[in-house]
Amino acid sequence: MDAIFGNLDLWREGITFTIAVFVFGGIIALVLGTIVGAMRVSPVPIARAVGWAYVNLVRNTPLTLVFFFFIFGYSALALPALSNTVLGTLAIGVYTATYVAETLRAGINTVPVGQAEAARAIGLPFGQVMSVVVLPQAFRSVVPPMMSVLIALLKNTTVAAGFSISVLPALQASISNSHTRPGSPMEVLLWVAAFFIAVVMLLTWLQRTLENRWRIAR
Amino acid sequence: MTSVLYDVPGPRARRRNGILATATIVVVLAVVAFVGWRLALTGQFTAAKWEVFSYTTVWMSILEYAWGTLRAFLLAGVLSLALGFVLAVGRLSDHSWIRIPATVITEGFRAVPVLVMMMILYYGLPTLGIAMSPYWAVVLALMVYNGSVLAEALRAGVEAIPRGQKEAGYAIGLRKSGVMTLILLPQAVRAMLPVIIAQLVVTLKDTALGFIITYHELLYYVKLLASQAELGRPILQAAFVIGGIYIVMCLLLSWLANVVEKRSRRSPKRHDEEPDPAADDESTMTEAIAAQKSTGKF
Repeated sequence: MDAIFGNLDLWREGITFTIAVFVFGGIIALVLGTIVGAMRVSPVPIARAVGWAYVNLVRNTPLTLVFFFFIFGYSALALPALSNTVLGTLAIGVYTATYVAETLRAGINTVPVGQAEAARAIGLPFGQVMSVVVLPQAFRSVVPPMMSVLIALLKNTTVAAGFSISVLPALQASISNSHTRPGSPMEVLLWVAAFFIAVVMLLTWLQRTLENRWRIAR
Repeated sequence: MTSVLYDVPGPRARRRNGILATATIVVVLAVVAFVGWRLALTGQFTAAKWEVFSYTTVWMSILEYAWGTLRAFLLAGVLSLALGFVLAVGRLSDHSWIRIPATVITEGFRAVPVLVMMMILYYGLPTLGIAMSPYWAVVLALMVYNGSVLAEALRAGVEAIPRGQKEAGYAIGLRKSGVMTLILLPQAVRAMLPVIIAQLVVTLKDTALGFIITYHELLYYVKLLASQAELGRPILQAAFVIGGIYIVMCLLLSWLANVVEKRSRRSPKRHDEEPDPAADDESTMTEAIAAQKSTGKF
């Protein structure tokens, strides 16, 4: 317990950074992912190609390497300096956006074409086909897998610790280096793991609840 | 091309699509041009920066470090498959004293980020007097994480098999182990093969976390090259080349997943399934990803 109560300041910092990277990275991923997802299902071939290239290039690059490009690549461009935290958040957002895009696309693909055809057959205009028939069904089937994407994003925030961003796993290094702070590396890391298990369990429970509530009978 | 979102375009829609296509090209070109301009301005395209890749020794080192990546991936892949089978069978057990520990282990391992697991093995265990090389820390961390994810996939595969299969197995006199090994698991593996390979792609990508605990793999070499002052610290160039290697390796594995998926769809044993009209390479990828996401991890 000393590992927690003797280092409350570090824990507060670690949890704040983890949550900040998670929330802002999540926002970037959702916005960018929605744009890319829309491009991938759009009727414009060139937009589909760009979306395809983005998803396949970024998704097959390890997240650690994406961090490399953002943190070391950005500074090589000689643009106004940004902190590692901002660049790391961007990296994680750009990486997760590919998964968001694919999830959206999979969600739209679960809606049978017959639904849209039936909607058009009874004379609904495009706007209503989308807003009344297609998108509500797509949305319901997308939300549970999107929670999985966000859970993965949360776990991926740990990678930022390798790039001098003070997310939770970075705690271990700060504590081991100081000599005066209580707690062995093992204790600290086990507490960090416990934190993640608790939060991920919570999110998984939320995901299951949503999944059961919003299941579509087809 | 009727899709659920769009009808076959008429003249007005075609004109609008043309405008959208032009806008896309302009935006993409603008981004590429901006980044290219900044790169050129900061001298990233000069021959001196790329010179490092003209040395045979550098390429020999790249091969050596790529082997570091591959051997961690290969062992971790095999071990996580083994663990996946054990945990999946454990979770499906009729005995609660096997099922409950297997469930707790699966759920727990899935929730701990791979990097934290690696750090526990590499920085944590020495506290208890157990020293571990970075190689084993990487392999074991990947094994427990991907093993528990694969266990979930296999369990989902077994549960998706119609009940009649199991009942028929018992009816012809097989025991529980026979039903599992001869009837349920082979079908589950077959159905889940794309997900299993997709998870192996994740394993391959996650070996790149190893450089944080000083494991000698490709990314570690990028950092090493970037510290070479006499070569002009070619960090971006190294990241581009190594990134290309990763992308090729991962795409090869994904391509294998596609081939396997197509072959199993074509197989006469699965002709009872309704053919998917949207079945092309693309939707295969999406299905693999969607199935994988429903198991929770990627």
